[in-house]
Amino acid sequence: MKILVCVKQVPDMESRFKVNGTGVWYEETDLAFRMNEYDEYAVEQAVQLKEQLGEAPDVTVLSIGPDRVGETVKKALAMGCDRAVHIQDPAIHMKDPWQVASIIAAFARDKGFDLILTGMQSQDRGSAQVGVTVAERLGLPCATTLVGFAYNDGTITVKRELEGGLKGVVRMRLPAVVTCQLGLNTPRYPTLPNIMKAKKKEFLAHPVADFLREEPLCATASFHPPAKKGGGLVLEGDVNDMADRLLGILKEKTAVVR
Amino acid sequence: MKALLVCEYREGTLLDASYELIAFADRIGVDKVLAVVGSEGALPRFTGPVYLADAEKYGEYNPDLHKKLVLAAVEKENPDCIVFLHSSYGWDLAPRVAAALKAAQVSEVVAVDGRNYEVTCCNGKMRRTITSTTARTVVTVQAGAFTALPAEGTPQVTRLDLVDIASPVEFLGYEAAEAKGVDLAKAEVIVSAGRGVGKKENVPVIAALARALVGELGASRPVVDAGWVEHSHQVGTTGQTVSPKLYVACGISGAIQHVAGMKKSDFVVAINKDRDAPIGEVADVLIVADALQFVPALTAKLQ
Repeated sequence: MKILVCVKQVPDMESRFKVNGTGVWYEETDLAFRMNEYDEYAVEQAVQLKEQLGEAPDVTVLSIGPDRVGETVKKALAMGCDRAVHIQDPAIHMKDPWQVASIIAAFARDKGFDLILTGMQSQDRGSAQVGVTVAERLGLPCATTLVGFAYNDGTITVKRELEGGLKGVVRMRLPAVVTCQLGLNTPRYPTLPNIMKAKKKEFLAHPVADFLREEPLCATASFHPPAKKGGGLVLEGDVNDMADRLLGILKEKTAVVR
Repeated sequence: MKALLVCEYREGTLLDASYELIAFADRIGVDKVLAVVGSEGALPRFTGPVYLADAEKYGEYNPDLHKKLVLAAVEKENPDCIVFLHSSYGWDLAPRVAAALKAAQVSEVVAVDGRNYEVTCCNGKMRRTITSTTARTVVTVQAGAFTALPAEGTPQVTRLDLVDIASPVEFLGYEAAEAKGVDLAKAEVIVSAGRGVGKKENVPVIAALARALVGELGASRPVVDAGWVEHSHQVGTTGQTVSPKLYVACGISGAIQHVAGMKKSDFVVAINKDRDAPIGEVADVLIVADALQFVPALTAKLQ
């Protein structure tokens, strides 16, 4: 069995975002980058399936981006992926989801992957398009937003997270594409021995031009903070002073504190 | 300009959120055509053309068949945009339709101005304006971003059918959340813990404030996923929707999935170290502080 996991590197979402010189994306200086949280669940699920099937599957991790994505790819190797592919593109953030999905599909086509996993969305763009579009471009069945995954004899039975605590149970034969939701599993932390082992694993790099065949379908016109609605009171300073002020406000404005 | 609005059904019932699609189309001022995989007995209250495929035959979730049905309606109507809700149904189906049409897709739209769509990014902290460069555009709109108005009307129904209904995907059924634990819908006060609480051992600090306010403990998704608090306490689109008299969000950044579940609260207090956290947008009072320092101080004053 051959498995492909697609991961994206994103900034820590606790960061303060500033608009860069182009006006259409964030300034990268001062940002700390990490693996997209949703993709950690995809990597973990791939590694768990490998363990279930007695090491037989071969798990490739793929990421597109500038040199810094190598760190994220190495983390996936340390979590248990077997080999890595870095598609080098310093300007991946300027490509639309259609192009990103098409690059992945061009890489994966004819390589015989039985299962392709991605996160259900990225934390920075959050379009939730790329995984599904990869499936469409490859003509594979796809289930999104997984919070449950079971493999048995060439078939997967997955639970999709719907709204209000409801789940939808879906079954399909491989090959297939799935996108992973938070809470699907518990992503492992790489251990030191596995970090050392990861350094010896295959790590291939390809220029994005090898796989880029599509023009964009949409363009980003601007990147900006949301318009402040204002209205809300902001308190800063000493914790005890703020607690006193808040109590006064709650007594005045709500019926629940007297 | 014409928009095809793809409504959503669950267990035979039209989801009310579908009317938000009509609100979106009214905002951009386009002609409206609806497409539903539903039933004759639960049609949208809408005067205008509705394409109906039978959910008994095509299933409530079958992405391949639903894609073909939407494409059949697109072929008949030739719409400029095809609109879904940004929900587990919409974000699953929209990219399939967009890929088949090779149309631009814009996800989680919160505002629109002509061909420019404003979407959220960076966990709700920032926005992007996206311009579609294709003749047709596929759009998913953020739940709650376009307020549905009371709807009336009688649709003119056109049946949609497919010849080939083979599909590689088999829907086995729904699984409901475990019906145990707290019913937050009845609580007058909810004090919720978010990721900013740091670790499971700190949850009792938040629970103590909930007790002091004679309220219930709530939680955001990451806290539930991490196993710090059980799922019945989760507030948000995948948990409970609440509207207490007082909602206190402790260390919660304010992802839209959480905000959608609590924004109807009468009074919202947010405690967050990050002054720019999106929760500040819905808070009546934002306390810029570490919840673990502020909450015990407030609890002490209440006792």
